[in-house]
Amino acid sequence: MKEYKTVTQIAGPLVFVEGVSDVAYGEIVEIKLPSGEIKKGQVLDSAKGVAVIQVFGSTAGINVTDTSVKFLGETMKLGVSIEMLGRVFNGLGEPRDKGPAIIPEKRLDINGAPINPYARDEPRDFIQTGISTIDGMNTLVRGQKLPIFSGSGLPHNALAVQIARQAKVVSAKEEDEQFAVVFAAVGITNEEALFFIRDFERTGALERAVLFLNLADDPSVERLITPRLALTTAEFLAYEKDMHVLVIITDMTNYCEALREIAAAREEVPGRRGYPGYMYTDLSTIYERAGRIKGRKGTVTQLAILTMPGDDITHPIADLTGYITEGQIVLSRDLHRKNIYPPVDVLPCLSRLMNLGIGKDRTREDHRGVADQLYAAYATGRDLRSLAAVVGEEALSATDKLYLKFADVFEERFIKQGSHEDRTIQQTLDLGWELLSILPESELKRVKKEFIEKYGRKFRK
Amino acid sequence: MGILHRISGPVVQAKEMTGAKMYDLVKVGHEGLTGEIIKIVGDTATIQVYEETSGLRPGEPVESTGQPLSVELAPGLLTSIYDGIQRPLDLLAEKGGDFITRGINVPAIDRKKKWEFVPVAKNGQKVKVGDILGTVQETEIITHKIMAAWEGEVADIREGSYSVEDTICTVAGKPMRMLQKWFVRKSRPVAEKFDPNIPLITGQRIVDMFFPIAKGGTVCVPGPFGSGKTVTQHQFAKWSDTQIVVYVGCGERGNEMTEVLTEFPHLEDPYTKKPLMQRTVLIANTSNMPVAAREASIYTAVTIAEYYRDMGYDVALMADSTSRWAEAMREIGGRLEEMPGEEGYPAYLGRRLAEFYERAGRVQCLGSDKRTGSVTIIGAVSPPGGDINEPVSQNTLRVTKVFLALDAALAQRRHFPAFNWLRSYSLYTDTLEQYYINNISADWVELRKEAMALLQKEAELQEIVQLVGPDALPEKEQAILLSAKMIREDYLQQSAYHEVDTYSSLRKEYLMLKNIMKFHRRALAAVEMGVQLKKIAEMPIRERIARTKEIPEERIKEIEMIANEIDQAFDALAKQ
Repeated sequence: MKEYKTVTQIAGPLVFVEGVSDVAYGEIVEIKLPSGEIKKGQVLDSAKGVAVIQVFGSTAGINVTDTSVKFLGETMKLGVSIEMLGRVFNGLGEPRDKGPAIIPEKRLDINGAPINPYARDEPRDFIQTGISTIDGMNTLVRGQKLPIFSGSGLPHNALAVQIARQAKVVSAKEEDEQFAVVFAAVGITNEEALFFIRDFERTGALERAVLFLNLADDPSVERLITPRLALTTAEFLAYEKDMHVLVIITDMTNYCEALREIAAAREEVPGRRGYPGYMYTDLSTIYERAGRIKGRKGTVTQLAILTMPGDDITHPIADLTGYITEGQIVLSRDLHRKNIYPPVDVLPCLSRLMNLGIGKDRTREDHRGVADQLYAAYATGRDLRSLAAVVGEEALSATDKLYLKFADVFEERFIKQGSHEDRTIQQTLDLGWELLSILPESELKRVKKEFIEKYGRKFRK
Repeated sequence: MGILHRISGPVVQAKEMTGAKMYDLVKVGHEGLTGEIIKIVGDTATIQVYEETSGLRPGEPVESTGQPLSVELAPGLLTSIYDGIQRPLDLLAEKGGDFITRGINVPAIDRKKKWEFVPVAKNGQKVKVGDILGTVQETEIITHKIMAAWEGEVADIREGSYSVEDTICTVAGKPMRMLQKWFVRKSRPVAEKFDPNIPLITGQRIVDMFFPIAKGGTVCVPGPFGSGKTVTQHQFAKWSDTQIVVYVGCGERGNEMTEVLTEFPHLEDPYTKKPLMQRTVLIANTSNMPVAAREASIYTAVTIAEYYRDMGYDVALMADSTSRWAEAMREIGGRLEEMPGEEGYPAYLGRRLAEFYERAGRVQCLGSDKRTGSVTIIGAVSPPGGDINEPVSQNTLRVTKVFLALDAALAQRRHFPAFNWLRSYSLYTDTLEQYYINNISADWVELRKEAMALLQKEAELQEIVQLVGPDALPEKEQAILLSAKMIREDYLQQSAYHEVDTYSSLRKEYLMLKNIMKFHRRALAAVEMGVQLKKIAEMPIRERIARTKEIPEERIKEIEMIANEIDQAFDALAKQ
């Protein structure tokens, strides 16, 4: 192992070392400060004679005279073990819970490797979250990556916790399935982290959870590492230990901020709003690590939370995420103000893999039709609401008034539910039919006639 | 042999590369990672590497193959799934496991498989470049034509079973094999380009009727995420009446490619009733696979498409999404520290896009038999935030002829396919006119214009409605709103997931619209006679028209009958 004392330049989180030879791109280094403190870093640029190192943590205390840099000869790896379940780690994967160090079964490269599309298996197991707006209209399936687009001050954490608590696969035989939750806190506050930990403790979920915490006051560069540690652990548990893993990452906005910070420090050509041009590729190396693989039992499902700056869905962070993930759950401030929990604004929501997980033998044959009809009817109702605001409700036709009523009842009964209310998919679909009975049958063009007769009629007087 | 000097992401520099040529394929490092030379300064070559570069060290060897990055062309392309540089993903999985690891070399075309070669050319015959030497039944539905790569006299041509590297005959004394290579960045030559005057039938009503695509045409499909871009591409791949489909997933989702992979083998080609996969080549370079290979994937795809065109086939190339391709260029440009153009994209973005779309066309292929073939390019664009005022969309629109504008607002209310009928356009409507008149009906064009005018009128009226409410409009204008709503809901909306509705023949498309327009005319006449619009809106025949979508093609007569039913219903109404 080579050690150098040739630091020549320190700029932001970057350290330049000269006179080096044979340094691998992506190699991990240990930096020994004059004070004796040791910090870790990674090689970002390796040329003959010069290496640029990105330091995890603050560069405070590093100088050019007495700092020594040791190149460890390997890229960033994480020692993983089944013993990690029930443990809490910091953003670099070191125990944070005063427990013993992990004796690794395997050491894995935290960047993983892309799953060969040919080896992927189609995600098709319906996950029942017990939340009507998700199960009924934006169904989550195992192996999917579905982010929650939220805004500051909205109850996205409560929703994520509820999903983690209630998520189950209805069709499966419980005894031969093992679940695990991997939680990555990326730059969130201590208070928010405690909210998750407490809920995991209370429901007993902590025993089968692995937590990685990079809190708001931890070094921002670590944020680039934390989600990757979580996903490496998740892949290990899923593909080697046959577990069904739900990965919750919050908040991806902080991740992107850190990415921008590093790019700025490297003086790279910025893309939109100062975020680096490769942010799409970079994000994809996180999100694409969800899925299932042919011939392996376990799955990795991802639920990433991001807060849209200024509630703007076209902001680069939300925008690029939406292009990679398989849909999105969007929370709305308007609904939140109306005291509707969970404030899921179903109109911009989407689950791209929904059709694989629903229908006959999976949920119910009428599922697609009911979902489409609810969408269309609610959209019409919402349009009419703005129209009624201008011309007055009296000016609307009788049918239009029914749509208005439908939109109100839909928000009050279908979207709104208790934070511990766990609805089955049958309950959700029947509730949908019940609400649709407000509208005349001739308006229900999105559902097959036979389904109206079979499922919808009974709710009509 | 050069020496690796600097590594920074997917772009590396090597010194002592004297003699290396631009776009030469190189093997980088001890693991022999595949790369391509994209810049030369003195003896220093800048190389984009098609595989993950972490762990590479300065001082490792770099070897130039002296050959440019090429596509292998031979029987065996169909039913394959490749990554961006034509490595078969199934073989990669076999050799390297479920995850894509580095430094694995597998041939694009199976070298061992034997193909039954049937000669067409005769011994002693003089052939030109592009002349067909013989054929191979590549899949049940596609006959692969082996074309002469150079001219001369044919000798030693024999029927028999050959591998792609075996000599099938000699031309001008030199051995000819089935396997041919073509430099990916160079388009394949043609004898002549034709006007695009034959429609590409997609089975999607809004496209075929209102915004038709021509065989050999170019289409731009921009849309924000969640507006149904991918489903649209899949629908085109499944239903368009081309013999060959090349589908390139460029920087897109892994699970989506899996969906294509699992779905296509089970889907039936509507024209031959055989699995769709038998006429498909898939190229999947998902977003997390190396970015340089993403840049190459589009070229790999279009070169394969051109190869089948040269055999005389109609080929549809679906590129999803060209924005990711442009981003790959931007990322590599950034690493090269090039002076950026708009929004950080390289200044040559427009040129590259134009070059790509220009490789489409309906052509007379090389060869003495004057066969024709076509490549139609349907490129998806993913504009940030759904706003098409950005460089990729704008540069694409400058070269493409059909613009299918996906609209998030339509998608949100589950109006699919979510093409905005007011913003979309097709510049092929005039050149294709004669085709419809000859093959479907003389009034096809009239019908389209009439229906489009109705939709335009609706948009105007909607603005008034927003201010004063629908009841303030005269009955006649309310009748227009009613008919326009029927066009939108009962005609333009088409479910990709409904077994019958997913595809409409031109005949069905024509009859359906004709019925709605008939209803419209009768409704207007009835309103003028003093019939209350409420009565018209409640007519049960409307439900019948709405469900026409679900009538299968075999019972197309039934749709014709609906015209009479409309007449009867209005006659009855008038009597009351």
